[in-house]
Amino acid sequence: MSELRDLYQEVILDHSRSPRNFGHHEPSNREAKGHNPLCGDKFTVYALVEDGIVKDVSFEGRGCAISTASASLMTELLKGLSEAEAQAMFQRFHDVVTGEKDEALDDGLDKLNALAGVRGYPMRVKCATLAWHTLKAALDETDDTVVTE
Amino acid sequence: MTDAAPRTNTAARFDVSAVRDQFPILKTPSHGRPLAFLDSAASAQKPQAVIDAVAHTYEAEYANIHRGVYDLSERASAAYEAVRGKTRQLINAADDGEIVFTSGTTEGINLIAQGWGRANLGPGDEVLITEMEHHSNIVPWQLLRDEKGIVLKVAPFDDDGALIMDEFEKLLGERTRLVAVTQVSNALGSVLPIADIIAMAHAAGALVLVDGAQGIPHLATDVRALDCDFYAFSGHKLYGPSGTGVLYGKGDLLSDIPPWKGGGDMILSVTFDKTEFAPPPQKFEAGTPNIAGTIGLGAAIDWFAALDHEGLAAHEADLLAYATDRLAEVPGLQLIGTAADKAAVVSFVLDYAHPHDIGTVLDQQGVAVRTGHHCAQPVMDHFDVAATVRASFGAYSNRDDIDALVAALGEVRELFG
Repeated sequence: MSELRDLYQEVILDHSRSPRNFGHHEPSNREAKGHNPLCGDKFTVYALVEDGIVKDVSFEGRGCAISTASASLMTELLKGLSEAEAQAMFQRFHDVVTGEKDEALDDGLDKLNALAGVRGYPMRVKCATLAWHTLKAALDETDDTVVTE
Repeated sequence: MTDAAPRTNTAARFDVSAVRDQFPILKTPSHGRPLAFLDSAASAQKPQAVIDAVAHTYEAEYANIHRGVYDLSERASAAYEAVRGKTRQLINAADDGEIVFTSGTTEGINLIAQGWGRANLGPGDEVLITEMEHHSNIVPWQLLRDEKGIVLKVAPFDDDGALIMDEFEKLLGERTRLVAVTQVSNALGSVLPIADIIAMAHAAGALVLVDGAQGIPHLATDVRALDCDFYAFSGHKLYGPSGTGVLYGKGDLLSDIPPWKGGGDMILSVTFDKTEFAPPPQKFEAGTPNIAGTIGLGAAIDWFAALDHEGLAAHEADLLAYATDRLAEVPGLQLIGTAADKAAVVSFVLDYAHPHDIGTVLDQQGVAVRTGHHCAQPVMDHFDVAATVRASFGAYSNRDDIDALVAALGEVRELFG
């Protein structure tokens, strides 16, 4: 079980059981849909962006523990960031879960380190990044559904 | 002995440990535990006889076929062509010429859609499928619909996963030209009454294509007794190499189907003005085929045919019943697919864990299952689930595999329940 506990840390189990910012928060002025055809996970991410600041983020849909917890953690950390900061956070998170940079996140993003465990499970990296790619599409205002495959 | 009829246990007569001994991969540990391989419906493992046949071909009997006049090419050609006869016997076709080698079931279905369908179907003509088809028996007809304006009709199944025969019969009409139907649902395990379906379709004047990918490993299949017009299956689900398959077609029907891909080894003569095609099956086998794979398929058919089939059927029925009973003990588990007539497949969901998380936890316990939509998204939509966990059994599966599955589901509950 110990390897599994590294993947399914308490913070992930908590956020998957009780996702934060779940359900469409209104008002919102950005949204995008994400779909992982491999497992059928589907999320919609909503954001309220005013004066270049992400004022609110929420999501709905259904997915596995990893994708749900990742989406939930993402919404908590995004509020109040500028769009540029949100894009930078996307990149830093992406580097951590894909193992491109082998360093732990700090300055308030340390909760996301719990998701670094997916590196050992190549098929699951897409679960961790689904909501983040969807967020990026919402911020970039692309119309196509994000597909992680 | 008493005078009461002895209570025979046919399942016990089937020597599963002797079968398992022939599969080297089953001796390979997974995450430090014995491998419980429960994904045979996706692809079956290979017995030593198949591995040896492929290796032997490359080591001693390999050259391109139907071309060289040298001994090696002639021996490879003979070994390859001999597989047609083995296949004919397996499904009781009338003639070797009715056996077309393909890359798998998907190619066989596409051959009928693109070959027969394009030549014979026009706007308003109907193809009738079922709600439980694999994507490979949906998408080829949608491509044809977009090109030719045919109408695709879908016969529904009930909440147990059994085809609703009254609805199927209502959808059979004057414009129905083809019924394309699976023998066994890959996602649910439901066994379809294909003999009845074929009789009804023929009475309505339609031809029938059977997707036998999931059927042939579990059910004795006699294409002449069934009177199906086309039957497609994959070698890799029948313990043979991946990239091999067979399309059976009635001889007169195959003769009338134009080739759907052109190339070498399918012609009688070629000039820039005109090409004369070889008769079936060569007409449909353009290009150098999967030579060693098909010879391996022949070894798989020999291996499969030599099994005690009555014992195998009883063994698989025992595994299905045992798995169904054991899974009923798991709290929060819902079986998806509870038709009365099922093959050795159990699909399920848990109300506290997503199939993908379940799959990862089971994998860590050495249990290999399929998680996802099983290339049957309409089936998932019917049950309003995004995905299921599917455990499927083969000749080598045993009760220990199922016990390992149930024990590993305990770990899932500990983590997520």
